[in-house]
Amino acid sequence: MSPATVQLHTTGAGERVVMLSGDWTLTALAPVIGRAFKALESASADPTLKWDFRQIETLDSTGGLLIWRAWGGDRRSSTQFKKEHAAIFERIAAVPPVQATRWFPDLLAPLVFLGRRESRFFEHVLAIVTLVGMLVQDAFYLLVRPRQFPWRELSATIYKAGAMAMPVTALVGFLIGVVLSYLTADTLKAYGAGVYIVNLLGISIIRELGPLLVAILLAGRSGSAMTAQIGVMRVTEEIDAMITMGISPISRLVLPKVIGMAIAMPLVSIWAIAAALLGGALAAKAQLGISVIYFLGSLPKAVALDNLWIAAVKTLAFGMAIALISCHFGLRTKPNTESVSNSITTSVVAAITVVILLDAVFAIMFRNLGFE
Amino acid sequence: MMAGLVIEVKNLRTNRGGQTIHRDLDMQIGAGEIIGLVGGSGSGKTTLLRVVIGLDAPESGTVRLFGIDPLYAERQKRLAMQRRFGTLFQAGALFSALSVFDNVALPLRELRILDKRLIRDLVMLKLHMVEIEPVHAGKMPAELSGGMIKRVALARALALDPELLVLDEPTAGLDPDRSRSFVKLVKSLSSQHGLTVFMVTHDVNTLTTLATRIAVLAEGRIVADGPLDEVKQNTHPFIASFFGTAQPLPQPT
Repeated sequence: MSPATVQLHTTGAGERVVMLSGDWTLTALAPVIGRAFKALESASADPTLKWDFRQIETLDSTGGLLIWRAWGGDRRSSTQFKKEHAAIFERIAAVPPVQATRWFPDLLAPLVFLGRRESRFFEHVLAIVTLVGMLVQDAFYLLVRPRQFPWRELSATIYKAGAMAMPVTALVGFLIGVVLSYLTADTLKAYGAGVYIVNLLGISIIRELGPLLVAILLAGRSGSAMTAQIGVMRVTEEIDAMITMGISPISRLVLPKVIGMAIAMPLVSIWAIAAALLGGALAAKAQLGISVIYFLGSLPKAVALDNLWIAAVKTLAFGMAIALISCHFGLRTKPNTESVSNSITTSVVAAITVVILLDAVFAIMFRNLGFE
Repeated sequence: MMAGLVIEVKNLRTNRGGQTIHRDLDMQIGAGEIIGLVGGSGSGKTTLLRVVIGLDAPESGTVRLFGIDPLYAERQKRLAMQRRFGTLFQAGALFSALSVFDNVALPLRELRILDKRLIRDLVMLKLHMVEIEPVHAGKMPAELSGGMIKRVALARALALDPELLVLDEPTAGLDPDRSRSFVKLVKSLSSQHGLTVFMVTHDVNTLTTLATRIAVLAEGRIVADGPLDEVKQNTHPFIASFFGTAQPLPQPT
């Protein structure tokens, strides 16, 4: 490769000519592009100069564009080319000029932004309500035709969102039980109320912590997976393919997920509650010397059975909400990768928020239930 | 430009999923050649193309692209070599999160030496070369038709003014008019810049009008290699049927 050079020559006839030579390609110009452009620019300042490109060895569109830009217009008439290089300038000359669009600051932008968010929120609410409507419709349709019910998909959902989530929920539940028991034991001991640790852990874990913990774990674990699955199916047009085959994506994809989560969530949460109580009982044994047998034996007296029913009802609702929201955001994915990642983020955030909101609603609804 | 071999494949053997796809495959492509690779479905054309550009590893044998091992050469060397060729994938492989403009601008921006205006002008030039109107520059790949995706992908492959163009089914999905202008564009680029082209294609029209050499892949190796007229004489069953069916069918009356 020979370096790109710009030289000013005076011919015998007294004509002043700008001679370019060397390689005017992207790779050759890369290290010297700024200097090359400066040299071209200063040579272009004089419009009467002639140009001579015959010494140029190789020229590509980057080199051509650089020269064209320094010219600030068409100077091909005062230039001598090699034949193959003329075509490059022809191509450059043929590009229609871009209209520079000017950017004005929009003073109302924050307001528009707020309004858009607001309207988008209601859009989502409306879409989820529509989805529920379609689900109910499909559920009735399948009720009469149980042979068409997506049993395999239902069992897959229960397995993936339920059985596969058992180790992690047990571990987290157990640790939460240990921590809670450990932290409260000292205070209870100071008041001589050590035995009440059974009541404290029983009520808080069964009624509140267990269900919420599992809901948040599954919203992150299974909710994101559902959104990703449906979102990618949207990107690859698999959902469109399903529709053309007469398979309803609502009853094949959404329905088994909603029902599956409604079944799996209460089961997993009871499993996690058991693990948490076990953790709490072990920590109570270590801290307060309360035996595990005593802990478990006094649980039924300390905690009314209603609390377990409340937990089951709550987690059933949480599970359906998580599945619905995940499917909703999956179905709204636009066919590009960015949209898939946005959908998953929004879906998990929305699912967790809705779960906590629902939890507050349940807390008010059941405020008179389950306490002695 | 460095004269000599652009692509050199020797004794190549590749396995995919327990099956041997290529055995003892040899292929050489010199600078300035336009070579068309043909072969039946599943004969390993795309795999060969992927091995050549360093996306897949061969079982044994050597692959050299501009004299450099595309898989195991030193990183800086590989990077410099990778800027010398552009690839057009079968389905375009445009970045779906980027607009048409940004897709073509990406390889230029990655160099980190060009200023904004030059990048803009270069992108508009490349888009104009593949006949994409400026109004489409802001669109996202999802909003484009199949043919437009192909052309934008070609513009992206051409962004760095490559010496070698690797094309996987370049004219599939283009209407006849666009495939003619595609052939014209590649032809003019190759005559002006000495562009080397390695393409996999089924389109007999593109082959006959564009390729200076045709390589036929069958039974895991190149069974015929040479100019069109020479290859046509070959009596291999695949070649006979490939060019045989290419003749216009008799019209029923």
